[in-house]
Amino acid sequence: MQNWLAVDWILVAIGGWLLTGALGIMALRHFAVVARVLFPLGSAVGLLLAAAAINGLMGTPEVVTLPIGLPQLPFHLRLDSLSAFFLLVIGGAGAGVSIFAAGYFRQGEGTPPGLLCLEYHLFLASMALVVLADDAYAFMVAWETMALSSFFLVTANHRVPEIRQAGFLYLLIAHIGAIAILLCFGVLQANTGDYTFANMREQSLSPFWASAAFLLAVLGFGAKAGMLPLHVWLPEAHPAAPSPVSALMSGVMLKTAIYGLLRVSFDLLHLQLGWWGVALLAIGLFTALYGVVFATVQTDMKRLLAYSSIENIGLLLAAIGLTLLFKSYGMAELAALALTACLYHVVSHAFFKSLLFVGTGAVLHATGERNLGHLGGLIRFMPWVAWLVLIGVFASSGLPPLSGFVSEWLLLQSFLFTPGLPNSFLNMLIPIVAAAIALIAALAGYTMVKFFGIIFLGQPRDGKLQHAHDGGGWEKAGMAWLAVWCIGLGLFPNFIIQLIDPVTTPLVGAGLGRKVAANGWWLLAPTSIERASYGPVFFFIGVVVAFLLAYGLVRVLYHGQLRRSAPWDCGYPWQTPRMQDTAEGFGQPIRQIFEPFFRLERHVPSPFDVAPRYHVSVTDHFWHRFYLPVARVVEFAAEKVGRLQQGRIAVYLLYSFLTLLFMLFLVQR
Amino acid sequence: MDALIGQLINLFAAVMLILAFAMLSQRRIVTLIHLFTFQGLTVVGATVVVAYVTQQHHLYYSAALTLALKVALIPFLLHRLIDRLNVRWDIETMLNIPTLMLIGIVLVVFAFNLALPISKLSASIARGTLGIALACVLLSFMMMITRAKAVPQVIGFLTMENALFFAATSATYGMPMVVELGIALDVLVGIFILGVFMFQIREQFDSLDIRHLEKLKEE
Repeated sequence: MQNWLAVDWILVAIGGWLLTGALGIMALRHFAVVARVLFPLGSAVGLLLAAAAINGLMGTPEVVTLPIGLPQLPFHLRLDSLSAFFLLVIGGAGAGVSIFAAGYFRQGEGTPPGLLCLEYHLFLASMALVVLADDAYAFMVAWETMALSSFFLVTANHRVPEIRQAGFLYLLIAHIGAIAILLCFGVLQANTGDYTFANMREQSLSPFWASAAFLLAVLGFGAKAGMLPLHVWLPEAHPAAPSPVSALMSGVMLKTAIYGLLRVSFDLLHLQLGWWGVALLAIGLFTALYGVVFATVQTDMKRLLAYSSIENIGLLLAAIGLTLLFKSYGMAELAALALTACLYHVVSHAFFKSLLFVGTGAVLHATGERNLGHLGGLIRFMPWVAWLVLIGVFASSGLPPLSGFVSEWLLLQSFLFTPGLPNSFLNMLIPIVAAAIALIAALAGYTMVKFFGIIFLGQPRDGKLQHAHDGGGWEKAGMAWLAVWCIGLGLFPNFIIQLIDPVTTPLVGAGLGRKVAANGWWLLAPTSIERASYGPVFFFIGVVVAFLLAYGLVRVLYHGQLRRSAPWDCGYPWQTPRMQDTAEGFGQPIRQIFEPFFRLERHVPSPFDVAPRYHVSVTDHFWHRFYLPVARVVEFAAEKVGRLQQGRIAVYLLYSFLTLLFMLFLVQR
Repeated sequence: MDALIGQLINLFAAVMLILAFAMLSQRRIVTLIHLFTFQGLTVVGATVVVAYVTQQHHLYYSAALTLALKVALIPFLLHRLIDRLNVRWDIETMLNIPTLMLIGIVLVVFAFNLALPISKLSASIARGTLGIALACVLLSFMMMITRAKAVPQVIGFLTMENALFFAATSATYGMPMVVELGIALDVLVGIFILGVFMFQIREQFDSLDIRHLEKLKEE
């Protein structure tokens, strides 16, 4: 046992997840066993994985070959700092979500609990295997296992037609992405026929083929991540899936795509071109803006979070683009800063988005309602969930002293250094980009105010909400675990940056670790202390002191009197909860400003209507202008090809006969 | 001696080709089965001769296997099948036979042309026959295309397997034993399955004419 390497422990953890899933099959319909034993077990395995990953992050790369699969084609696995970092995210966030899931899944909903348990743990294990894979074969096997297991999880309630449609859309786009990734590996192996990553690192492709590989990787991994215009599956699949699954998909699975993109562009490709960075930056920013603008106008709480995930993925892509840009100009220190910002956002998004998604799960169970228009005032009935979600909301809006602020601050810092680039065109463009990032951050805050305010504050908009109950012990524990990480990542960024340092050093040739450590643990100064610094703990203490002071003063001045009255009643004689600001109303200004983004269908009733109904639906331009035409073309072509299918066996035989003759003819030449 | 044996192999090859043409133009099902049995016998003869010349013992085993399977068992099964289906004396309508023969000749020329460079590379004693073997494959494929009844199609399929076996023997002294055993088993299983299918087809359509299967096409 003493000689065990970190990678062995990680393999044990993956095996543990697979075993948990297999046990789930044995206890197919024993709900209590699955929920109270297997899911907590999976969570413990997640903790083991995270611990082993931290261990592996510090060590040197470790290589293992598993004799699984076809003869002479084993799985090559490799644990290096990049994969260890993502394993940490998978294990850490997975542990919290699993604990929540132990209390979440209820009896008698669609798929039997044991099968759900199998799919869930297979999903976790395949994600871990994706980041561990060191050859294209193992990678694709794990990648497809991940796509399929999550597809079955999304369609857990497969009796609902919308959910089946959402699942199909997800599967379709996942496969388009997988094809692109496969082609990318095909380009990377440079005709050597050896698909191990070790061989791909050796190859030096010409700029043309390197660009082809990079673009294929962006397309393939972007499809999984939710990059524009391949984002349409996210807002469909996330609401369809059970909440812990949406949490895993949004918080963790999207990150495996980011991992893949980093792996290909910084590790497998030997050169990075400047225009890749510019292109990725543009795509990322547009994705982020699109996502956040759509998030503000959603009325379904899980769709809102799905669009918010698109926004965060956009920010991550932009950060990778910036890293590429710096790297291609040989500015290693700045590339390290941008990459650190990216990785920091990966881990902070993993935790806060998982927290928010499981929070919606708790609300959904308590009220049976996903529509924001029927929620409200839940902070009084479910205080635990509300306060924990509030932490996630703060982190998501990028408010100090929580995790989201650190990553967005680092990202903005790296943008502020771009005037150093030796390219005047970029120098002019980058300030606009930085402004766009600020706009996105502000709109994200707006979205989160809407999300929290409409669900938890105000008066209940529906009578049945009075009976809402707080989450159970498992659910609270899972959310608390995720929330603690959100706070910890915000308060002690230096520790995390120390962990990121061994990741950035091999990839871009520099790290922030030593520079950050020089200022002590309480002060974060990524470049130089004169330029910018941030002391989250001091900030936190300041916030707490100011709050206590204000609270105390108010209490003293008002003599502890508390008066409840209807706010803003504006002279109305009576008020109903329906008079509160609605989700649509809250998003309306944004809808006005960003009108060209949306495709609106609005039905305004006439003033003389006795039973007026106002109806508005906001849909995506991409769906109507891009997906539907493509679908029509495919259908048309399929119809034409279908004519080949005659139904006569003789004709089919003739096809193969002619093919055979043609092939023989080719061989002969 | 060598010249004699070379002649012998060429003779077997020629018989194969003639039988292939005969099968292509034969309308009567029972005669088709007889021709198929003869073809199997020819393949056995050719294999034994090659085995004798080259002292490859595994070729004797495959010859014995072929004898048991393609000369004895499968024709027996086919005879029983046509008795049960009551199609022993059936005659089927086909395309114009002279046209078929002409197409067949074109195929033979093509096959010889194709086999020429391969034969030069091969060191086998029977290398000259590779072209004939290929031609037999193509001719039996033609036979499958032109037949409308189920039983002749199955016979076409079996003939193609015979020709492939002949090709393998003539080019490389036969395939590895494992592969041959596998193929033999496949053919046997295939016969059983196709036999069952034929009963099913007749039950469904009251005829063995596979043109009825067109109805299964998706609209």
